[in-house]
Amino acid sequence: MSPLSPIKPSEETQLPSPATLRMPLDPLLTLAVLGLGICSIVNLKAATRKAVPGNPSYYSDRQTIYLVVGFILMLALSRIDYSRLRQFKSAIYAALLLSILAVLALGHSALGSTRAISFSFFSFQASELGKVLLIIALAAFVGERSRRLHDRNTTILVMIGALVPAMLVIVQPDLGSGMVYLVVAYGLLFVAGASWRHLAALAALVAVSAAFVLAAAPAAGVHLLKGYQEERLTAFLHPSSRPHQEGANEPSYQQLQSKIAIGAGGKTGAKEPGQIANGFVPESDTDFIFAALGEQYGFLGAGLVLLLYGLLLSRTLRILVMSKDLFGSLVAAGVAGMLMFQVFVNVGMTIGIMPITGVTLPLMSYGGSSVITTLLAVGLLQSIYVQARASAAMKGRVLRH
Amino acid sequence: MSAIERVRPSDPRVPVAPQLALRVAILGGLAMVMFGVIFFRLWYLQILTGEQYVHQANVNRVRDLPIAAPRGEVLDREGKSLVTSRTTNAVQIVPRDLPPAVAEQAAAYHASLASAELGREAAVAVLLRFERTHPAIAQRSTAAERRQLHRLEAAATPVQVSVPPLPPSAVGVRALFSRLGQLISVSPQTIDERVVQGISATPYANITVKTDAGQGPLTVLAERQGEFPGVVQQPVAIRDYPFGEMAAQVLGHVGQISAEELKMKAFRGVAPGTVVGQEGLEYYYDRYLRGKAGVQRVEVDASGNPVPSALKPSLPVAGHSLKLSISMPLQQESEKALLQGIENARAGGKPADAGAFVALDPRNGQVLAMGSYPSADPNKFAKPLTPAESNVLVGGGSKRLIDRAANEAYPTGSTFKPIVAMAALENGVLTPEEGLGAGPCISVGTEQFCNAGHADYGAVGLVQALKVSSDTYFFEVGERANSRGRVIQSEAEKLGIGHETGIDLPSELTGVIPDAKWRQKQNELELSCEKREHKASCGIVAEPEKPWTVGDNMHLAVGQGDLLTNPLQMAVAYSTLANAYMNGGEGTVVVPHLGLEVDEITGGLVQSLSVRSARHVRLNYSDLSLVMEGIHQAASQSGGTSADVWSGWNQSANPVYGKTGTAERYGKEDQSWYMAYVADPKRPIVIAVTVEQGGFGAETAAPVARLMASKWFNRPLKFVTGSSHTL
Repeated sequence: MSPLSPIKPSEETQLPSPATLRMPLDPLLTLAVLGLGICSIVNLKAATRKAVPGNPSYYSDRQTIYLVVGFILMLALSRIDYSRLRQFKSAIYAALLLSILAVLALGHSALGSTRAISFSFFSFQASELGKVLLIIALAAFVGERSRRLHDRNTTILVMIGALVPAMLVIVQPDLGSGMVYLVVAYGLLFVAGASWRHLAALAALVAVSAAFVLAAAPAAGVHLLKGYQEERLTAFLHPSSRPHQEGANEPSYQQLQSKIAIGAGGKTGAKEPGQIANGFVPESDTDFIFAALGEQYGFLGAGLVLLLYGLLLSRTLRILVMSKDLFGSLVAAGVAGMLMFQVFVNVGMTIGIMPITGVTLPLMSYGGSSVITTLLAVGLLQSIYVQARASAAMKGRVLRH
Repeated sequence: MSAIERVRPSDPRVPVAPQLALRVAILGGLAMVMFGVIFFRLWYLQILTGEQYVHQANVNRVRDLPIAAPRGEVLDREGKSLVTSRTTNAVQIVPRDLPPAVAEQAAAYHASLASAELGREAAVAVLLRFERTHPAIAQRSTAAERRQLHRLEAAATPVQVSVPPLPPSAVGVRALFSRLGQLISVSPQTIDERVVQGISATPYANITVKTDAGQGPLTVLAERQGEFPGVVQQPVAIRDYPFGEMAAQVLGHVGQISAEELKMKAFRGVAPGTVVGQEGLEYYYDRYLRGKAGVQRVEVDASGNPVPSALKPSLPVAGHSLKLSISMPLQQESEKALLQGIENARAGGKPADAGAFVALDPRNGQVLAMGSYPSADPNKFAKPLTPAESNVLVGGGSKRLIDRAANEAYPTGSTFKPIVAMAALENGVLTPEEGLGAGPCISVGTEQFCNAGHADYGAVGLVQALKVSSDTYFFEVGERANSRGRVIQSEAEKLGIGHETGIDLPSELTGVIPDAKWRQKQNELELSCEKREHKASCGIVAEPEKPWTVGDNMHLAVGQGDLLTNPLQMAVAYSTLANAYMNGGEGTVVVPHLGLEVDEITGGLVQSLSVRSARHVRLNYSDLSLVMEGIHQAASQSGGTSADVWSGWNQSANPVYGKTGTAERYGKEDQSWYMAYVADPKRPIVIAVTVEQGGFGAETAAPVARLMASKWFNRPLKFVTGSSHTL
């Protein structure tokens, strides 16, 4: 569109914007997602070569399918006007709670925790999908109350709205997703413009309750979290207090082995990688996938993936500000909070600077629920982008990428 | 952040609320910090300290199994193989293919072994502290202290940990071991013990349960592999001693390195399970012979199971060969001759239960032959031993593994006389012409000192006294010498008796040259022992109140009394006399040695083995000539003690200087001795032979020496017994 041409809004309302037609998706966002998808398949294929005897590509094949399905869902979502979802906010929130309760009632247990409902072909983790559902529901709620943001009740209601499903998934127990829910709510409030006092009070509350749950209550003999959860959360603070001979399930052992794997990767990857392939890092295909990346591709590979995450996040923030409405911005804010938290906490735990919380690394970790949830969130971002461009085109504005 | 640029009114862009812009900027800043932290941490882990983690990862997942290096050969002076290695089939067990019951058994064994060792180390520490705080415990101590010391010493000695029994549920393993045991004739318990001890010592490595199983069982194993899961045949190199018992004590044997040896400096860098020299030359020159073990790198997963791997092994480096000064033909003939002498003595009614010989080149101390009877077949140690077998080899009264040439101590009888004669002449105790020793006996005080069979040689000069081996003559010499102090003792020490010779073997005895001071010391020891133990006698000295007497010195003068030495030291002393005689009185106390050089396996020289420099001695040539003349006449002229043994020997080509000896030992038959120097411009030889309970020197030991000399100079081999009944 030439800047010299006169503005003719009347014509443009009738015609679909040529820009929208040429640019059906945010190219950089799509590039980041595709890049991460490819890295995920390559990395997973190398890491799980020996996992299933006779089928070296068992995991990478499935991950490819999840990525393709997720990508298709993302494309589909990008064609829908996200703002229509606002009106279903109550139904979406109800679906969120019901799916989590359904898992608690009839889900099957994987590694001691009940997180997924098995369908005949595929088992789905409700708590993962719940992240996207919660983002939509809370964004809609906050958007409605945008004029009463300084009201204490708004802050309290939003946090309760997140806390209820969070508690339910922590009971499953899926501590990681529960924390993501709370972070999403906090991120929404933050971006929406909640008062600094409320935000600071919330942060203080989190600090106090964490200290209470992890230190004070156990000291008094009350364990609000399961023993292993407490241990995981505090293991990173004293990585060598337990010698790794004690057992492979020791959290500090897991973290130590993960650090060894990443450290052994060096600049461009270990010459004789075996730390992952021989099973020294438990859950190296899911939660500890970054350890596999670090060992096999070194600083170079890990750096590339981190750059792709950087691109993904910067596009999310960009879409946040270019959204045509507050709802879109808030959805993007929720997605940004979710991605930032998951990347930082997950990578942080593999390199020993964060506790072990069972948070997946978006797109890189093996698993359909996580991959598809992330791509649905990206689909929402794409939709916000497309709508923003379309609306700007209607208003005759130039929207910079 | 392009999104928070100020928006000009004319700019047709979406306006961004300042509040939102600020908060998004904070979010973006947070993300940047977060990525910064991650990048810094990754850089620290992977770039700065990456090497350390590579090492840790390898420790995690790579188990190194040694590949035994082919051990170097031991060659004689002409390059003939005395010790070699051969490849044979071993029946081995692959631990990971056995049911888990065995692994549990091995873990239990390992744990009790570790706790026993921990307890022992603690006890050693306590013992050391106790000994530090009680420095004089050997001399002065209370009964309670001694009891505590004994208790601590018992706790500090290594204990045998028995293998726990297989659980009753392990029916499959039991059946397998008993099937296999029947096939290779090893008891199932022994198989189980070997497997469990093997897993404990070298996890992941195959365990040899039988070497040289024979073609029959091996064929059965190969054909019915299905019935023997976890049992494999593996070619292994084992030590081979083609001549069996020949020179077994000198060559030594090999065996798996022991826990104590692993801690020794000499075995630094040797992996557990490695076969190393355990005795003799195999031990002494182990660092040349053993080579460098290769490493097979086995990759394991987190649960310790081996996984397929592309790790490359490092190949072993073969050990060097060791060339000895020993002459294989002489060694073989000497062993045969010794046996012949022993059989001859037995035919004459003597027990003749043990013997030894040494042949040295008197110029340089090269050992030409060295052996001991009875012997054992070192090949037995190359395979896993049953307890019964090891009992026969190591324990028992026959002491087969003792090298009697260097590791026993005996009185020498008259073979000591030339040394006494040298001492007397050099110190002016007598003149050579002086006639001494008239009559069958000498009386000193109330004691009588007599010739064997109460023979009367009359008053004789020195040369004649040596020729006929007159005891009365030397009793008188001993009597005179006693008033001059340590005349005989110093001469014996000077010539090489009473201290270690420095031979290249792991151990040798010092021996004893008795004198007044020594006697006093022994008496003190006996008395303090009797007092401490409240016993009538500790057996150190029979009469602890009795000081050194002239009679003691007289007994010493004929090689009796408390004198204790061995054939090796005697051979050194005679070599000193011989080489001094060759060089006008300038002699060297040679350091006997077996190793000549270390060679590449392909034959090239690696290094010549240096010998500790020999001690120089000066002997008066005219005195020495008289002594040599005396023992030459003894071996060559009619009336000489061993002249009949050498009858028919070409004395002008190779003059023999020989001295018989018959040592009296309390509670035993006489010990037969013979010492000889056979001169030759190119290849002189000094020979020492002794046969325990073998009778007179001329009867048993001297014929053996003649056979040895005959072999060395390519003369007809004749076993000629002498008739002299002198001591």
